Amino acid sequence: MEILLESLESPEGEPPAELMEEIRQALEDVFVARVAAAVRGPRVPEPSFDAARRQYNAPLILQKLLERPPGAGRKLLAVTRADLFIPMLSFVYGLAQLGGQAAVVSLARLDQKYYGLPENGALLSGRARKEAVHETGHLFGLVHCEQPECAMRLSTNIRQLDLKGDALCAGCAALARESA
Amino acid sequence: MMQAKWQILVVDDEEIMCESMAAWLREDGYQVDTAPSGREALEMAKKTDYAIYFIDLKMPGGMDGIETLMEIRRMRADASIIIITAYATVDTAIAAMKEGAQEYIVKPCNPEEISLLVNRIIKVKNLQRENAILRKKLARQYQFGDIVSKNAKMHDILALARDVASLRSTVLIRGESGTGKEPFVAVSCAALAETLLESELFGYEKGAFTGAGERKKGKFELAGEGTIFLDEIGDISPKLQADLLRVLQERSFYRLGGSEEVKVDVRVIAATHKDLRQAVAEGRFREDLFYRLNVIEIQLPPLRERREDVPLLAHHFLERIAHEVGKEVTAISDGAMRALLDHDWPGNVRELENAMERAIVACRSGVLGEEDFRFLQDNGGGQQYRAPASMSLAELEKLAIEATLRRTGGNIKEAAASLGIDRSTLYEKLKKYGIER
Repeated sequence: MEILLESLESPEGEPPAELMEEIRQALEDVFVARVAAAVRGPRVPEPSFDAARRQYNAPLILQKLLERPPGAGRKLLAVTRADLFIPMLSFVYGLAQLGGQAAVVSLARLDQKYYGLPENGALLSGRARKEAVHETGHLFGLVHCEQPECAMRLSTNIRQLDLKGDALCAGCAALARESA
Repeated sequence: MMQAKWQILVVDDEEIMCESMAAWLREDGYQVDTAPSGREALEMAKKTDYAIYFIDLKMPGGMDGIETLMEIRRMRADASIIIITAYATVDTAIAAMKEGAQEYIVKPCNPEEISLLVNRIIKVKNLQRENAILRKKLARQYQFGDIVSKNAKMHDILALARDVASLRSTVLIRGESGTGKEPFVAVSCAALAETLLESELFGYEKGAFTGAGERKKGKFELAGEGTIFLDEIGDISPKLQADLLRVLQERSFYRLGGSEEVKVDVRVIAATHKDLRQAVAEGRFREDLFYRLNVIEIQLPPLRERREDVPLLAHHFLERIAHEVGKEVTAISDGAMRALLDHDWPGNVRELENAMERAIVACRSGVLGEEDFRFLQDNGGGQQYRAPASMSLAELEKLAIEATLRRTGGNIKEAAASLGIDRSTLYEKLKKYGIER
């Protein structure tokens, strides 16, 4: 199994290369898979921008990514600074095809600046690692977990995201190994 | 991990809305389907019992959200329906709630809100399901249909039980231990000391005795207009006999340490393994209480007096226990059945049930064999009590003591109680016969 990592450029900018490398290492630590060095992916497609919401439609981004499927035995995780939504919800930190091939993570709401607070690189990196492991976990077929520290625990706000860890609990790790 | 058992249907004419919502819910472990119209949703609801429906209010093509909601409610009364709308108006919200929508949400909504909503609904559904399972289990445990017998006397008893079930008369059930007297156990009169039993039955006021910190209602008060089952009624003290008589006569009592009269309209079902007539004759049981309790008497015969029921009961327990423990044991061999028929069943139906459970758990094939019931002989049942003609009374006594000790695992107190002698007598006999524990 191989995980491909792509950074998607958007009007908000491009995810920093050092952060992408930290995400790569986190994925390699958690999953039994080779994780390739991050490459620049396509730009976030313009039609995915919703002017009224000033956000990007995550399902449309996934659709665009899947136009170039990663191929058998590969999974693709894309990272963007664009703020994502699905039509039903006001925002999502990320979106994945459960047991599928592609997932996308947004850094927008992981950044302290979004909340009007001073920048904090370490906090942003920690949150990005958790969210990347979480969405990749979904690609490996994992559903939400109730263990407080497991990265697969559902976070619907930033406090919940900060409370959990960036690794999988023993149960989720075993399931991820089985599906690798 | 979360359990992926509940199914959810998302109904919306916009595919991206349906699919992204479904994808988000699937990440939570639910099985999620989507339908692009009300009509298709109805077709799917006919085939699948969804726990939650998310239905968009505005859908083109005939059926709108409210109509879809009404149809699904007619078909699936237990389903939880959440109406989704882009523009909230008071009128549509009222209409949706009036037609039975559980929630009405405006999109886009906060992920936290949806997550809490779904979790809350599923939590209630889990409890409802658990409740239904427990109710079924309870009902199954106490159905008349579960009482199996070929015995004519048992059939008369069942007919009588059916007749008195709907009455409020006091019923006295007599039978040896294990014959199946308890419909449900409320108070075991033999298991509690007199003062404890008194407070258990009648409750107490704050400060009635040391440790009575708060007022506590007793079983009579808690039973209200229901039924109280008093097991081993033959064991209660003269004082409690008088108290119980007063409750049955006056339909009222006082809590311990209390001056307030508590009125009750409770039905009493009492059970005993003792011969209460004999106890009355010997002055150990009040005659007036005996007649009060004995309005309707049901006497359950011991299993050894209805051996013809052993095969029926054994097969009944086989089916039930094998299912409960999840083992594919489906038959009882002829040899095993002979062993069951030869046993005297001093512990009656309860002993047979326990023996079946033990054998089924240990059984290594699909058929219970004679070897699966070998422990019956070790327990001192059946044939071991058959005394040869040449055996002296002392030898018989020695055998009985040895068998009882084996059964109680060397517990003197239990063995003495079982043999009907006190402990010091048992110690004397152990010494006399040279029996080692």
